[in-house]
Amino acid sequence: MAMVRMPWGLPRDASAHGVALDQHLILNLWIAFSLAVLAHMILLIGILLRRPAAEASERRRLLIEYLPLAALTLLFGFLAMRAERLWEETRYTGASPAALQVEATGMQFAWYFRYPGVDGTFGRTSAERVDPGAANPVGVDPADPHGADDMVSSELVLPEGREVDLRLIAQDVIHGFAVPEMRLKQNAVPGQTIHVHFTPTDAGTYAILCTQLCGLGHYRMQANLRVLTEAGYQDWLRKRQR
Amino acid sequence: MMGTPQSGATVRPRKIRWLFSTDHHVIGLQYLALACVAVTVGVGLSLFMRLHLIAPDFVVPGHGPILPEDYLALVTLHGTLMLFFVLTTAPQSGFGNLILPAQIGSRRMAFPGLNAAGFWTTALALVVLLGSTFVQGGAAISGWTAYPPLSAIAAAGPGQGLGMDLWLGSIALFAVGTGIASVNTLTTVIRFRCEGMTWERLPLTVWAWFTAALLSLIAFSVLLAALVLLFLDRHAATGFFVPQGDVLSSVVRAAAVHGNGSPLLWLHLFWFFGHPEVYIAILPGMGLTSMLLANFSRRRVYAYQMMIATTLLIGGLGILVWGHHMFVAGLNPFVGTAFSISTMAIALPSAAKVLSWLATTWRSRPHFATPMLFSLGFVSFFVVGGLSGPILAQPILDQYLHNTFFVVAHFHLIMAMAGVFGLFAGVYYYFPLIAGRYLSEGLGRVHFWGTLGGAYATFLPMHMTGLAGEPRHYAQLTGIPNAAARLLAQTLPLQRHISYAAFFLAASQLPFVWNVIRSARWGDLAQPNPWNATTLEWHPALAPFAEEGSSSDEQIVAYCSPCAYDPGAGWAGFTPQWQEIPASNVKRE
Ligand code: HEM
Ligand SMILES: [Cu+2]
Ligand SMILES: [Cu+2]
Repeated sequence: MAMVRMPWGLPRDASAHGVALDQHLILNLWIAFSLAVLAHMILLIGILLRRPAAEASERRRLLIEYLPLAALTLLFGFLAMRAERLWEETRYTGASPAALQVEATGMQFAWYFRYPGVDGTFGRTSAERVDPGAANPVGVDPADPHGADDMVSSELVLPEGREVDLRLIAQDVIHGFAVPEMRLKQNAVPGQTIHVHFTPTDAGTYAILCTQLCGLGHYRMQANLRVLTEAGYQDWLRKRQR
Repeated sequence: MMGTPQSGATVRPRKIRWLFSTDHHVIGLQYLALACVAVTVGVGLSLFMRLHLIAPDFVVPGHGPILPEDYLALVTLHGTLMLFFVLTTAPQSGFGNLILPAQIGSRRMAFPGLNAAGFWTTALALVVLLGSTFVQGGAAISGWTAYPPLSAIAAAGPGQGLGMDLWLGSIALFAVGTGIASVNTLTTVIRFRCEGMTWERLPLTVWAWFTAALLSLIAFSVLLAALVLLFLDRHAATGFFVPQGDVLSSVVRAAAVHGNGSPLLWLHLFWFFGHPEVYIAILPGMGLTSMLLANFSRRRVYAYQMMIATTLLIGGLGILVWGHHMFVAGLNPFVGTAFSISTMAIALPSAAKVLSWLATTWRSRPHFATPMLFSLGFVSFFVVGGLSGPILAQPILDQYLHNTFFVVAHFHLIMAMAGVFGLFAGVYYYFPLIAGRYLSEGLGRVHFWGTLGGAYATFLPMHMTGLAGEPRHYAQLTGIPNAAARLLAQTLPLQRHISYAAFFLAASQLPFVWNVIRSARWGDLAQPNPWNATTLEWHPALAPFAEEGSSSDEQIVAYCSPCAYDPGAGWAGFTPQWQEIPASNVKRE
């Protein structure tokens, strides 16, 4: 997809849904660019040339008002529909049940990622137990047996080619979970749990940013996303869980 | 007929008992002066931001290095000043007061005393805002959108204490002032139109002021309510915007005290105000542009009735699109679809306006006076900035572009630059009316080309850094060596270019400042209707600062629609609204 990335400085895409998104974005940019050029040409010709005086006829009115408006309606309708298809694919339904479960928690000014462990179930958390100093940044309740094997990491590590079901949480203020190379952005809102899902396709290390103004450390609220091969991921998981 | 200078009618008065005047002309100038203060401070602040982004270690004399909280205070103040105290006051209340009454053939606004009260409330709001920089804990740093819980809990960090209270107080005062001004505008337009000034004959500027005032009244009421709720959350332990179990610095801040609220409620209330706000800022510029393009092209406004309809349509749809700021805020994704459709819909009346501008100027070879140049610049920015709107209106694309510099580029082009060009066009156009002298055309040209080039050089590349992933509100782009730094480091060469261009853009305003100062004293004396305009503000009996006694009691009557030009007769062929039409010509109406 080199063609897709080149002219606009989009970072590489490493997600399954990103290819179609990029194509649609590039299409949009070209259309906007062409319309801007066209409008400027009409404007420039219009102010530099003089027309032998003639009054506007009904036909001319049709030509310069309703025809372009109809064309624009069709164009914007087409773009909106295309975009809608992609939005619907990624957002209207949740992840497949087989997807990898991970929880991302935003807090001033860090991201924490929790894996449910071998039982595949997240342990209960409570606000009172949040204590990063005591190695419990997300407040896992020790009384809940599901929580015993939960594993919290400060980097997000994912296997390539497998869908991820990410539960987004914020402890304090609104944060913006963004991974440009996964073409993904979603606010994390305190009081809510929001699910997003995506499939990383290429192994590599990618940037996780915060894109919602969350206080003075906003600009350094970053984490790494490491996408590994399936084997590498299992390896990492084993090492972490020991 | 209108070409002959009239002695005395436009000589400036030199009275200093202006300060607490209830004369709408004076109040209009006061609003413009306030906007001048705000824009000067606001531009200065943005230059510090741009400087910090390319030279993070730069030490500001008398202050020290720019800390992250300083940067965020700069962003917040810059946005608040520009959006509220420049783009809401100057076109709407400034030119509205100066020009609107005369354009409808009235010698006054509906409520002169209230009008003055509105200005002083706004001025107080500005003082409170600027004062908030000096309080303990610093100025508010939550951006002009002030999202809670950050803004709702003082413990959320610097800038969320007294500084935030003052910010809320300032904006509340501003909302009250704007409400007053809007009621005044609406009443004036409804009740004070002169004989013959039917709704269809109203200049498009009046339609724009009218629609903007309607929007202001609706939008600022909601904002005011939201501000009060946020204030209660901060100080009365209510829980409108703070959810239960909110944890700040490992301490539960919102268990017992606050109820179970949602920050999303603020987003809804805020953007229900926030989106109409940008139309409030731009509509008067759109109206003025329509009228000026027609005037300098010596053409009717193309599809005048449709232009009235699109103005109202933009206003109406404008309050139905707020959710496009919330595609990734955590709402049900179906909501994204709904707001995507309403946003795409509003692109159409906007496009219809552009088509009218293109048709009005099409092969007209207009008169390139400075106000015309700025109107053409307005069209250019409106097109270039506007075309990224439909892109951002598609939720799937917004999930990549939201809160990146792509958005900053979009709104600076369409709102900041088009809005400011509307203001410049107004200043150049009305200066002869207000000051009785011309601004220098030469300096005007230098100003225009410098600003046009500087603005494009500054804001176009922001699209690219945005596409590359640069988020907004980042005090520093690279710091910790990680994947994010690698991603953002790519943009650094472009960042440097943007900052230099911003300095150039700011410097390009110096010819303008000099032009105004110089021309107010030594400019060439103006003729009464120097642009051969058709609208009533140029009526000889309505000259704004006519000498005492010279303003006659002559009854003002509008005999025809504005923009009646005779293209065949060149620059001199036009029928002002106050000119009686010979009976034989009435059918042309
Ligand atoms: C010299 C010209 C200008 C420059 C260089 C400039 C630069 C900037 C920068 C660097 C930001 C911060 C972006 C971020 O980190 O989110 C910003 C934000 C903003 N600017 Fe400007 N700006 C200029 C003129 C204007 C004008 C004329 C207006 C409106 C009249 C305006 C309205 C805003 C608004 C509303 C924000 C958002 C503030 C917030 O998020 O709280 N700017 N500008
Ligand atoms: Cu954050
Ligand atoms: Cu943040």
